[in-house]
Amino acid sequence: MENHIIDVRNLSKQYPSGFQALKQVNLQIKRGEIFALLGPNGAGKTTLISIICGLVNVGEGQVLVGGYDVVKQYRQARKQIGLVPQELAIDVFAFVWDTMVFSRGVFGKPRDDAYLEEILRALSLWDKRRAKIQFLSGGMKRRVLIAKALAHEPEVLFLDEPTAGVDVELRRDMWRLVEKLRQRGTTIILTTHYIEEAEEIADRIGIINHGEILLVDNKQDLMKKLGRKQLILQLQHPITQLPGELNGFVLHIGQDGKTLTYDYVDNQPTNHVTEVLAAIHRSGIELSDVQTKQSTLEQIFVSLLEESK
Amino acid sequence: MNWYAIKAIYLSELHRSWRTPLQSIASPVLSTSLYFIVFGSAIGSAMTEIGGVSYGAFIIPGLIMLMVLTETTSNASFGIYMPKWSGAIYEVLSAPVSAFEIVVGYVGAAATKSIILAMLILLTAKLFVDYSILHPLWMMLFLVLTCITFSMLGFILGVVADGFEKLQVIPLMVVTPLAFLGGTFYSISMLPEFWQKVTLFNPVVYLVSGFRWSFYGTADVSLTFSLMMITAFLIMFMMFIWWIFKTGYKVKV
Ligand SMILES: Nc1ncnc2c1ncn2[C@@H]1O[C@H](COP(=O)(O)OP(=O)(O)OP(=O)(O)O)[C@@H](O)[C@H]1O
Ligand SMILES: [Mg+2]
Repeated sequence: MENHIIDVRNLSKQYPSGFQALKQVNLQIKRGEIFALLGPNGAGKTTLISIICGLVNVGEGQVLVGGYDVVKQYRQARKQIGLVPQELAIDVFAFVWDTMVFSRGVFGKPRDDAYLEEILRALSLWDKRRAKIQFLSGGMKRRVLIAKALAHEPEVLFLDEPTAGVDVELRRDMWRLVEKLRQRGTTIILTTHYIEEAEEIADRIGIINHGEILLVDNKQDLMKKLGRKQLILQLQHPITQLPGELNGFVLHIGQDGKTLTYDYVDNQPTNHVTEVLAAIHRSGIELSDVQTKQSTLEQIFVSLLEESK
Repeated sequence: MNWYAIKAIYLSELHRSWRTPLQSIASPVLSTSLYFIVFGSAIGSAMTEIGGVSYGAFIIPGLIMLMVLTETTSNASFGIYMPKWSGAIYEVLSAPVSAFEIVVGYVGAAATKSIILAMLILLTAKLFVDYSILHPLWMMLFLVLTCITFSMLGFILGVVADGFEKLQVIPLMVVTPLAFLGGTFYSISMLPEFWQKVTLFNPVVYLVSGFRWSFYGTADVSLTFSLMMITAFLIMFMMFIWWIFKTGYKVKV
C-alpha cells in the first residue's frame, strides 16, 4: 500500500482568466494523518482540493491518490475521496435520506442502509432523515454535506473550511467525528483560516499563500522551529529607561514601566536569555515575576506571510 | 461501468419530477385537454377529414410531438442546469463516473419522463376522440428515439446555458415554433406550394410525419426519410455531448 495517500507533484494551475492560482505545488499527505492546510482568502486552498477531487482540471504536474493518477485512473482515485465543499452546495428540494442514498450510489457502492444510518446518527441527523433539506438550518445543511461525503466510506476526507458559520456545538461534534474517523484510519485534510483550529486537531500543517506552499511541518516542530518565545519580566519598581548594563539587548519596556519583554527563538544562536538575566542581575533591577510565552500559530503565520512578500 | 452511479442519477432525476406532480403531470394533461377541446372539438367539427382521418384524431400524433419536444427539452435542461446553478453538481463531477455514465443517467431519466408524458397524453386523448394505432411498435420506436434525442438537446442546453434566460430561449424561441410549424395541426399538403418547400427545412416535420404514419399509415414525407432524420439528430447531439466532455467546455476549468 502506498505510504502517501495524496501525492501532489509539481502542480501548477492557471485559470482560463490567466490567473496563476497554484505554482509548483508539492505536497505529500500520509495515510491516516490529519492535515491542515492554512492560508488566507484566495491562497489557492480550494483550487488545490478541487484539482485533487477532479473538479478542476490539472494544469501542469501530477496528482496521485492512493497511488492512482487523478486523470488517467480517475475511477480508482476518486473512489477513495470524500469531499465536503466550502459552499453549502446541495439540492435543497431533496430529502436527507434520499440524498444520502444518492451519494453512496453515485460513488459506485451498493446500498447499505445500516451504514448510512450510522453516519446520520453520528452527525445527529437521524431524526431529520425525512426532512427536506430546504428546511434545515445552515449548520444542519453542513452536517448533511459531511454525511454525504462519508456515505461511500472514503479513505480520505476533505473538509474545505468546515467551521465557517458553524457554532461551538457543531464544531465539537465535528472534531469528535474527525477523531473517530482517524481511529478508523481515515485521512483527513482540512482547510482553514483559523490557526487555533489547525493547532487543535492537526498532526501536520501546511501553509499556503499566493498559490505557493510556504512550509509543511509537524505541528510541534513547526511551533518549535518558528515558535518565537517571549521572556516577560515583572519589575518591582517602574523604570523609564534601560540601565547601561542592558545596552546591546533588544528589550521593550511596558507602558506602565513595570514590565520588560525580550523576544527570542528557542535553539537559536541568537538566544541570549542567560545573558539578559545576568545583565538584569548586574543592573540591580528587582524582579517580582518571570514568565515565558510561546507565540501562537497565528503569530507564526503572520510572520511567515510577511517573509513571503 | 459504474452501474450504481447510473442508477443513482437516473432514480434521483425521476424522483425530482414526482416532487412536483402538478408541473410534471397535471399541467401537460391539462394543456392537452385544452388543445383537444379547442382544436379537436370546436374547430375540428368544422374541418374535413385529412387523408381519411378525422381532424381530432389527426392532431393526436402532432400534439404528442409538440408536448414531448418542448417538455423534454426544458425538463432535461433543468435537470442538469439546476445542480450546476446550485453548485450541487460538484458531487457528480467528483464521483468515479465517466461522462458517458452521467449522460446515460440524466438523459435516460429525462427520456423516461417524456415517454410517460406521451402515454399520459395518449390516454387523455382517448377521452376526447376515438383513434387506433396502426403500427404500435413503430410508434414506440419513433417516440423513444425522439425522447432520447430531445433529452440530449436539453442536456446540452443545460450544460451550455449560464443563466435562466438562456436556458429558456431555445425551447421557447426555437423548439416551440418549429414544433408548431412542423405539421402538428395540419398536413403539409394543405400549404401553398412555396411554403411546402420551406417547411421541408424544418426538422420537426419529419418527426411528426413519421410518428403520424405509425398511427394512421399516412405521411407527408417518406418513412425512411423520417427515420434518417431522427437518427441524424440523435448522432449529431451525441457527438456534441461527446465534444463537450472531451473539451470540458463549460463543465470544468
Ligand atoms: N474559476 C476561476 N477562474 C479564475 N480565477 C479563479 C477561479 N477560481 C478561483 N480563482 C482565483 O484563484 C485564487 C485562489 O482561489 P481559491 O478559491 O483556491 O482560494 P482559497 O484559498 O480557497 O480562498 P478562501 O479562503 O477564500 O476560500 C483566487 O484569487 C481566486 O480569485
Ligand atoms: Mg476556499
